[in-house]
Formats: sequence, C-alpha cells, structure tokens
Amino acid sequence: MGPESLEAKQKAAVEEVLKAYPSKAAKNRAKHLGVGTPDDESQKTCGDVRSNKKTVPGVMSQRGCAYAGSKGVVWGPVKDMVHISHGPIGCGQYSRAGRRNYYIGTTGVDTFVTMNFSSDFQEKDIVFGGDKKLTKCFSEIDELFPLNNGITVQSECPIGLIGDDINATSKMYAKQTGKVIVPVNCEGFRGVSQSLGHHIANDTVRDYIFDGKVDTLGDAIVPTEYDVAIIGDYNIGGDAWSSRILLEEMGLRVVAQWSGDATLKEMAMTPKVKLNLLHCYRSMNYISRHMEKEFGIPWIEYNFFGPTQTIKSLRKIAAFFDEGVQAKCEEVIAKYQPMVDAVINKYRPRLEGKTVMLFVGGLRPRHVIGAYEDLGMEVIGTGYEFAHDDDYKRTKEEIFRSTVIYDDVNEYELEAFVKKLQPDLVASGIKEKYVFQKMGLPYRQMHSWDYSGPYHGYDGFAIFAKDMDLAMNSPVWAHTKAPWESEA
Amino acid sequence: MQNAEQIVNGQKLFQKPEYQEVLANKKQFEGGMGAINPAKVQEIAEWTKSWDYREKNLAREAITVNPVKACQPLGAVMVALGFEDTMPYVHGSHGCVAYFRSYFTRHFKEPTPCVSDSMTEDAAVFGGLANMKDGLKNCAAIYKPKMIMVSTTCMAEVIGDDLYAFIEGAKDEDGGEFLPREYPVPYAHTPSFVGSHITGYDNMMQATMQQLTEGNEGEKKERINIIPGFETYIGSIRSVKAIVESFGANYIMLGDHSDQWDMPAGEYHMFAGGTKIEDAKDCMNSTATISLQKYATVKTMKMVQKRWKHKGGFSNPVGLKGTDEFVMKLAELTGKEVPAKLKTERGRLVDAMQDSYPYMHGKKFAIWGDPDFLIGVVGFLLEMGAEPTHVLCHNAPSGWEEEMRALLDTSPAKDSLHVWAGKDLWHMRSLLFTEPVDFMIGNSYGKELMRDTGTPLIYIGFPIFDRHHLHRYSISGYDGALNLLTWITNKVLDQLDEETKGIASTDYFFDLVR
Repeated sequence: MGPESLEAKQKAAVEEVLKAYPSKAAKNRAKHLGVGTPDDESQKTCGDVRSNKKTVPGVMSQRGCAYAGSKGVVWGPVKDMVHISHGPIGCGQYSRAGRRNYYIGTTGVDTFVTMNFSSDFQEKDIVFGGDKKLTKCFSEIDELFPLNNGITVQSECPIGLIGDDINATSKMYAKQTGKVIVPVNCEGFRGVSQSLGHHIANDTVRDYIFDGKVDTLGDAIVPTEYDVAIIGDYNIGGDAWSSRILLEEMGLRVVAQWSGDATLKEMAMTPKVKLNLLHCYRSMNYISRHMEKEFGIPWIEYNFFGPTQTIKSLRKIAAFFDEGVQAKCEEVIAKYQPMVDAVINKYRPRLEGKTVMLFVGGLRPRHVIGAYEDLGMEVIGTGYEFAHDDDYKRTKEEIFRSTVIYDDVNEYELEAFVKKLQPDLVASGIKEKYVFQKMGLPYRQMHSWDYSGPYHGYDGFAIFAKDMDLAMNSPVWAHTKAPWESEA
Repeated sequence: MQNAEQIVNGQKLFQKPEYQEVLANKKQFEGGMGAINPAKVQEIAEWTKSWDYREKNLAREAITVNPVKACQPLGAVMVALGFEDTMPYVHGSHGCVAYFRSYFTRHFKEPTPCVSDSMTEDAAVFGGLANMKDGLKNCAAIYKPKMIMVSTTCMAEVIGDDLYAFIEGAKDEDGGEFLPREYPVPYAHTPSFVGSHITGYDNMMQATMQQLTEGNEGEKKERINIIPGFETYIGSIRSVKAIVESFGANYIMLGDHSDQWDMPAGEYHMFAGGTKIEDAKDCMNSTATISLQKYATVKTMKMVQKRWKHKGGFSNPVGLKGTDEFVMKLAELTGKEVPAKLKTERGRLVDAMQDSYPYMHGKKFAIWGDPDFLIGVVGFLLEMGAEPTHVLCHNAPSGWEEEMRALLDTSPAKDSLHVWAGKDLWHMRSLLFTEPVDFMIGNSYGKELMRDTGTPLIYIGFPIFDRHHLHRYSISGYDGALNLLTWITNKVLDQLDEETKGIASTDYFFDLVR
C-alpha cells in the first residue's frame, strides 16, 4: 500500500464513520477525527483534531473522570500516604489496584497503594454532610496505620455537590496533629476527562507539599549537582525502575519518582533538584512548570520507549550536565547497544511491516510509536482519551506516515476504523481488549502492559519486543476458523 | 541487563543484582519507615496481628478499609445486559461507566457495552436534561439497541434529576427519528450511597418488570419467571435453565446475561442472547416467579408477590439442600414428578460428597461475599461437615445476619462459628490472625489476606480478576455443587501436599493415593 493510498483510505474511513451519527453529534465528532501527516505544516495539531472538549453524550467513550486522574493516576501511587476515596463506595472499589503502580513496602503497615480506603458515604452523609465522618476517618487511620506519612482526601462527585468543606476539615486536623493532610477537590464531574484531575492533583502537591512545612522522616538529603527527579512515571510494571537504572548509570542521582513508588519525602525535596525529567507531559506538566517558575528548575521531556527515542533522550538529558555525564551517557548507550541489536535482529524479521492502531491515555499514543517503528512495525492510527492541543502538536513530530488521528474515540468509531484499515495489531485498554480479540485480532493492553512490563528503557524494550511477538505470532489466532467452514 | 535469548519481564528482571542495587539505593531518599527503621515496621506488623489491634480495628466507625461491595449502578448495568439487544445507559458522569465496564470486563474477560450521557459541571448546575436528550438519541442512532435501560450515578441523584420527565422530553424532542414513542426505555434511580450493587440490581429489575408490563395485564399463562439475581457465574444460569427445562416447564429467565458475557470468538457482536423483550413485557402474566437471590430482589419480589400475586418465592439453588428445595419447588409449581435425570444427578453428587468428605470435615473456613452467595455456599460447607468459622458480608441487608446465624446454629460447631455483617476485609485480616482458619473462600480481594496471613485462598466469588475461566462454571444445581466440591477438596489436597513435601522430614505423609 503506497502512502497516498493509505492516506486516501484513512480519509475515506473518517468520512464514513461520521455518517452514522445524528447531525449534531456528527458535527462535533468531525472536529475530533482527522488524518495526520508528518510533513503537513498547515496542520495546527496532528490531523487538525480538536481535543479536551466535552464527550458527546450517549456514546461509549473510554474516558474516565477527574477522580480517576487524581486518585488513580497522580496521588494513588504515593506509597507511604493513605488515600481516602471520599464519598460512596464504588469509585475506590472499581479503581483498586488495577493500574499496576509497583512499589516496595509492607502493605498495610508502612505502604498502602493496593488497598482501598473509603469513607463509604450513606444517605445520611449526603443529607447531613460528611465532614465529621471525615475527621473520624483521619483519626482512625492514624490509630490503625500509625506509620502512614500523610493522608489525601480524594473527593468523589457528591462532595462538591452537598457543600462539604473538606479543606477546612483537613486543615483543622492537620493543625491539631501536625500531620500532612491533603484535600483534593477532584470530583468526577469536574472537567471533561481524567485530565482536570491531574491538574487539580498537581495543584494540591504545590499547595500542600511544597509549602515548606512538611516534616519528613530521616536525615536531610544533601543536594548534589547531579540531582534529578523523574516526573510523570507511574512505575507501571516497574517502568520507573528500568528508567532510573539508566540515569544512575550515567552518573545522575535520581532523588524522586513521581509518583510510581514515590514517597512524601521524595516529593517534598524535589524543589531542590537540578533538572526535572518529564515523561508523562500531560499529567505532570503543571507541577513541572510550577517548579520552573517558583524554584528555577528547568524541565525537559524525554521518551524511554524504544532504543531510538531512548538514545535521543539520554543524550538530551546528558547535555544539561558536564562532560563527565555526557561521556558516561555514551558509555551507557554503547553498553546496551549489543543487547538492543540482538533483540531487534531476533524480533524485527517476525514483525516487519505489520500495522498497528493505538488508543491510549496520556503520553503513549505518541511515545510508543518509535518503539514499534524500531521493530519495523507501522503505526497507522493513534489517539488519546484526554489529550489537549499541545499533545497533538507533539504527536505530529512522532508519526512516521499518514496516520488516522482520533480524539476521545468511542467504541463505535474505533471498531469501524479497525474494520476499514485492518491493522495487524490493536493496542489499547482493557475495555476494548476483548472486542478486538473476538474478531481474531492480536491485541495488547497499553495501559497495564497486559500484566507484563516494564516497557521503559532498554530492558523494558526487550520485554516490549517479546510481548509484541507473543501477541502477533501466537498460534491461537489461527484457530478461529473451523475446518468445516468454507474458504469463501 | 536483558539477554536477548532469554528475555524476562519484571518478575525476574528486578531480582537481578543490578536492580536490587537500584532499589536499595533508592531507600536513602524515601523517608518511609521501611527505609528508616525496618524494625519499627516489623513491630507494627506484629501488632496488627494482636487481639489489641483486633479490638481497635473492630471498633472502627468511619473509615472502610478493603471493602467487599460495590455501588448500585453496577448491578443495574448487569440487569440491562441480561435483556435482548439492550444498552445499559447510565445518566451521570462517564467516569463511572468506564469503571463499571472495566470491572466487569476484568472479571468475565469479555466486552461490557455500556454508555453514559457524560454529565459535567454545567449539568451539575442546570441538571442533565440536555445530556439525556442528546445521549438517548446518539445511543439509539449508533448502537441500534432494541431497548435502552437507564440508571443513575450519585451525581445525578444528588442533584435530583427526574428520569421520567427527561426520557419523555428526549422522545418529544427527537420526534420519532431515533426514539419512537413506543421505544422501551426502562429507568431506575440507583443512588450509590444507598445499599450496594445488589440494591441496584433490585431497583433496575423491579423498574424494568414494572415498566415493561404496564398495560399488558392479560390472561395468566402456566409459566414460571426465574430471576437469577446478581449472578456472576455464567454456568449457574445454564444449570438453572437445564433444571427447569428438565421439568419441561414453560419459563422466562428474566435477566439472562449468560450469552452476553460468554461470546464465542470469530466475530464481535455488541449484544448476544438475553431475555426477549416480548417475554419481558408479558412476564406479569406468568403464574409464578422464583427469585434465586432473596437479598438481591427484595423490592422486585415484593411487587411480584403483593401486586402480581405470583406463586413461587425464593429459592437459592446452591449446594445439595438448596438445589433439592429448588427442584421440589419446581415439582410443586409444575405438578410434575422430579425427572429421572435430576435424580441421577443428585445421586452422583451425593456419591461424590461421600467420596471426599474426610478432607472437608472439620476444616475451618473464612468466607465472604454477597448475602445470597453466602447463604448458599455456607450451606454447602455445613453439608460437608466443614466449619465456616468466619462468615463476612459487607453488604448485609437487614435480616441476613439472623438468617445466617440460624444456619450456622445447625452445626455441632456452632459456638465457634461467627457472623460478621457490615464488616470489611481489613476486619477479616484481624479475625484471621487472632482466630485462624484452614482455608479462605472468596474473591480476588482475598489475595492480600493470603499473602499476609498465609491462609490458602479458594477462589469462589466476585470479582475474580487474577484467575481465569472460573466464572464460566456453575456453582448452582447438583452439577454446580459438584464444582464447589471439586474446587474445595482439591485445594485441601494441594495444601496437604504443600505441607508434606519436605524431603526426609514430612514426606512420609506425601501419599500417592488420597
């Protein structure tokens, strides 16, 4: 298939997908679908798609809510704090331990990530308010989990609607006990997706952790010239660990991980680092910008998916430091190159030319493109659940060819695009997984790494390559057709 | 570093020395107690195992830790997916729907269609009428369901949206293009801050049966309605159908999601199977209704028994006695003798129970789950001579505790058997440390209890995220009881092997034949 015919096919697919909608919805969705090309300078975003707008009602969007963005993404992985899902029982239950934010600790004693703490609102709490209950939650947590280093309050929808004042309640308890208590107004109805929840959570880090009053355990950390923080890595399947090792090997000191396997102390001392390394731009650009403005800490974006991007990023990071770091950076690159070559030599012939369609969340719809291309696979469609224009602008720089771009794609659209463009692999989330597997299409979950990973860094790329081969070349896909079915 | 010939994922990667060094090195920045003073962590960990901790833990009034219940709309979504070509539609924020879909999908390993009308801040202020108008129209146009079933999130409930008026308004505005006047849109209010997912099941089922049958009262038919309840075992629905069919009975399974969550590979269809809408519209004209889950159908059955005057009532076909009662109820309602097929099946089950009893007898179990599930499975444990030491129901409705107590009181070990209504799994952790048991029966949330207490977990319940295909089996009927027996007995035997495999120390008892 030549590039022109691919683009024409993609454009036709977009046109056709829109036909099924009632006119108002069609008009709306038309703005969120497009075809991006790497060399088209006229496009303001990739494929000129619009983003970060309200979801069309009544469609099967894959989006989550602000609570998911705060509790599920930003705050939830902070391991030595207790995160209360404040409101009715469901939100905390559905979001419990599904994201694979790996951490080391004694769960229930000094770390709490995979647990579910809920204020379990009943009707009387809705009618009379839940502030007293919240105070009691704090004291019960402190009694039964004395090694917690702080508590966050993750508001569910009713909190903001019934007029509870979690800020005053938290402040009072914090004053009485000296504990770090962080109230987060991340009610699910705020904003249009997870995205606002990220922003709100970032702001509460700024207001409650960077206020200079946070006491932390252990010796003070003496800053060095080589201190960096990993920002926006949720350590899914251990991603931050397989990133951290590379940074340390090139002579940097990683003093904080945000927020996979993070602690309160790591976050609190981040304003003393020399450089912030931002992986998930979407969910943590806010706090990075704040630290730049307030503490003069520069930040750079990097991409540790696939060797091409990893090498580029390592050099970009090293360029901020002295020649010693830069020399070590080259040593690191040289050290891993034979392993990477061996991985590519092994898997590329098995994956070459296979086409992929992606739909994920914050950074992966663009960041993983390079990793696929390193394996000779061709990404022909991508989109984000909750991106903004700046994400789509960045996407334009990462695509290799004409690519259909779908913002906040829903289950009707994605299915239609897949049927028309016939990729060899679909890579998205759990909700979509079995739809495509039913069709006999290889599929990988790209939020949870399908219970594998890590995928970051060199070691992660090897796993990524192996997993893609596993999905593409498993014998199970050949069993769908029964021997008695005719070829026609 | 990875070896291209032997690539390992995180499980083994992070055990490599270079990563152990990375993790050890990280501790200097952490400031958690595990990094500062591991002995203190050990001390507190030990304290959490004590009676002192248990008493403080059981005295909790406000914070819930590791719950075993979910919220109402989850149950409403299950109801909708049990009807022919029906789209569950949740009026509220789409975040909730993303959660319901992933929760069910992780359990069933199947797609879970469901839409929301994506209410946001302005809808919270002005109400969600505009969302409902667009949402119903878009849903009908794109997915073409034959019916849309509307439930609510807590957001819509707090602001007090009027579902009936909104749905009528949506139809008016649409003018019949996508939503004809007669298009069925049953709706129910399902506030998350009342009851649990079984309450939502009840509300949605009651509303559906009432609204679909409005004006359809006609001649009674010799027919039995069966309501499965919040049934997460696909095989159970099939077992129940097989029993009813063996009587040759005319019946309607109301809310049959057994095909929806068990689609064959080959091509994808959004909807599969389910109760025919025509049948649902006529269900009030049946002469009897049997609910298989009493506590999940309180309101529904009140309507059926008080207003519709149906015979039938409750029957929980889990375990031998539970299935016997169900079979006898069917014999009574149909006026037929128990079919030979069932008699044989029963005989085989009893035979199997008599083969395996030494391994379950006297074993102590901790078990948790939904109220009806517990009545059934605890009943079966008692039939085998096992001792359900801790029976915990987080979402226990009124009356359940007394019923469970009465059931446990039939055991010779009754004084050491405890009912824990309204308690969570962090409570259970204390119970397991202070009054240990031999085995646990429960859902995936028991995994951390297994790790912390060392008690083996037998995966029976909902949700089960980390074991495959168990939901495809039955736990109902004689065949379902045989599955329970097989799973439990073999776990007991696995554990026995585990404990006796010590070479030259315990393996004299590592018998080939058991």
